[in-house]
Amino acid sequence: MIRAEGLGLRYGDGDEGEAPEVLQGLTFSVPGGGWRWLLGPSGAGKSSLLRLLHVAARPTRGRLHLMGVDIGAARRHELPAMRRRIGMVFQDFRLLSHLSVFDNVALPLRLAGRAEAPLRADVTEMLRWVGLSKVAAMRPSLLSGGEQQRAAIARAVIVRPLLLLADEPTGNLDDAQAERLMVLLREMNRLGTTVIVATHNTALVERHPGPALELARGRLARDG
Amino acid sequence: MARRAASRLAAGRLDGLGLRHAPGWRMLPLVVAAMAFLAALAMAGAQGAAELGRHWQRGAAATLTVQVPRSGDAPSPPAAEGETRRDRVVALLRGTPGVAVVRPLGDAELSDLLRPWLGSGAEKLSLPLPAVIAVTVATDGPDLPALTARLEAAAPGTMLESHGLWVRRLDLLARSLRLCALAALGLVAAVAASVIVVATRATLASRREVVETLHGLGATDFYVADRFARRASRAAALGGLAGLAAALPVVVVLTALAAPFVSAVPAETALPGLAELLATVPRLPPALLWALPTLPLTAAAIGYLAAQGAVRAWLRHLP
Ligand SMILES: Nc1ncnc2c1ncn2[C@@H]1O[C@H](COP(=O)(O)OP(=O)(O)O)[C@@H](O)[C@H]1O
Ligand SMILES: [Mg+2]
Repeated sequence: MIRAEGLGLRYGDGDEGEAPEVLQGLTFSVPGGGWRWLLGPSGAGKSSLLRLLHVAARPTRGRLHLMGVDIGAARRHELPAMRRRIGMVFQDFRLLSHLSVFDNVALPLRLAGRAEAPLRADVTEMLRWVGLSKVAAMRPSLLSGGEQQRAAIARAVIVRPLLLLADEPTGNLDDAQAERLMVLLREMNRLGTTVIVATHNTALVERHPGPALELARGRLARDG
Repeated sequence: MARRAASRLAAGRLDGLGLRHAPGWRMLPLVVAAMAFLAALAMAGAQGAAELGRHWQRGAAATLTVQVPRSGDAPSPPAAEGETRRDRVVALLRGTPGVAVVRPLGDAELSDLLRPWLGSGAEKLSLPLPAVIAVTVATDGPDLPALTARLEAAAPGTMLESHGLWVRRLDLLARSLRLCALAALGLVAAVAASVIVVATRATLASRREVVETLHGLGATDFYVADRFARRASRAAALGGLAGLAAALPVVVVLTALAAPFVSAVPAETALPGLAELLATVPRLPPALLWALPTLPLTAAAIGYLAAQGAVRAWLRHLP
């Protein structure tokens, strides 16, 4: 599913001189259907690694194979289809403010060109699963933080992604909400989705032990 | 309820970027309307130049001048001989197919023509003035080289002047005017495209996060660009329509004012009233009647392509 060899990332266009590498020499692999915590202090490079895995940035060094595709060498027009197989839950949700919750969750299916009738059934079912049926017609800004979080997750998993990435998903949640979210993510993983969850919430990790990748200053400090 | 939800959904799909409320978009129809107005005038100008050129050419090409020297090369022929030479040429011309009117100029007429060059005493100079014959030709005129040869045989030294030089000059003038009008059209299109590109860029800047989110969800460049391009296309079509509506009265009035110069019928002395003007709309030159309605369509196409290009160029910054 994921194979990284000497993976490195440097921000900027090069002409900004020597921007430091925020990720350096990462070598690891994650099998299909696997689970990984992504750990490390703030600024360690967790979000940056998730960007690479979400194909929102290309490696500036080394190789990254995702679902059998060499991301560094892939043609640009091949990437949108890959992104549609990857679900991403952003730290700041990134729901589209001018669309209803329903339309936000339906968006990935519409981008994939799904027909409207089956799509409506799927989105309705998904909203019921995450407990947002009652607010489906509302704008995201009217929702609580926890509800927005669940809308973002619904949008990420509606396409049944092969790979699900979550960046600090419990950052805005209280403990009860965080537990419900974990149940959701575990369920997705049990159904076959590869899940990578970035967090610095050590209590959460202790309650839900699992294999982890730990970053320290852009380098891999632990794999297992 | 379901109906309302469906229409909201449709609106959401069409407007996946919230462009309806984007600031750069609002002035777009106005600017495109101004461009379409200018384009309509340029079209009418091109059409008018072509029409005028055709008319002038027809007029100039329709007349020939034939000069019959009184004497040929003979030293001092009797005056009567010149008369018969002229009469021979006139008879020959009248018998030529394609010649409509043959009119020998009288002596008085001739000296009137020459007075600017020779002064009022032209008659007294006792120069051997040639006989001059004005010829009006039919639409499919005579074969000029053949006619020249036959005239030379009938009366050696006879000269046929066909005004070909003037026809060529008028043709050149009309072509130049048309070219200018076409250049103006091209310029107007380029300005409209630039305005659309600028408005699209401004909107992209204000919708940056939304565009990046869509991109992250796996939207293709075409999908994102298409959202913008449809909006731009619609705004441009609206502007094109408004510009055309504003230009139509101007074009009608200009065409009516130009009519006396391009029609064979003599001008009416009174200026046309509103009713007469409206009556001329169906009589606008057919080429113009075809060209004007393409304005909103062309504007829509320019809007679509310019916005697509601008968005795609911008998206290349994303991986
Ligand atoms: N878009 C960016 N441009 C430049 N530097 C960035 C950008 N995003 C993150 N960084 C830098 O990369 C490093 C790692 O950041 P990040 O990946 O967000 O770490 P984490 O998610 O673990 O807190 C930090 O030093 C941060 O300043
Ligand atoms: Mg982070």
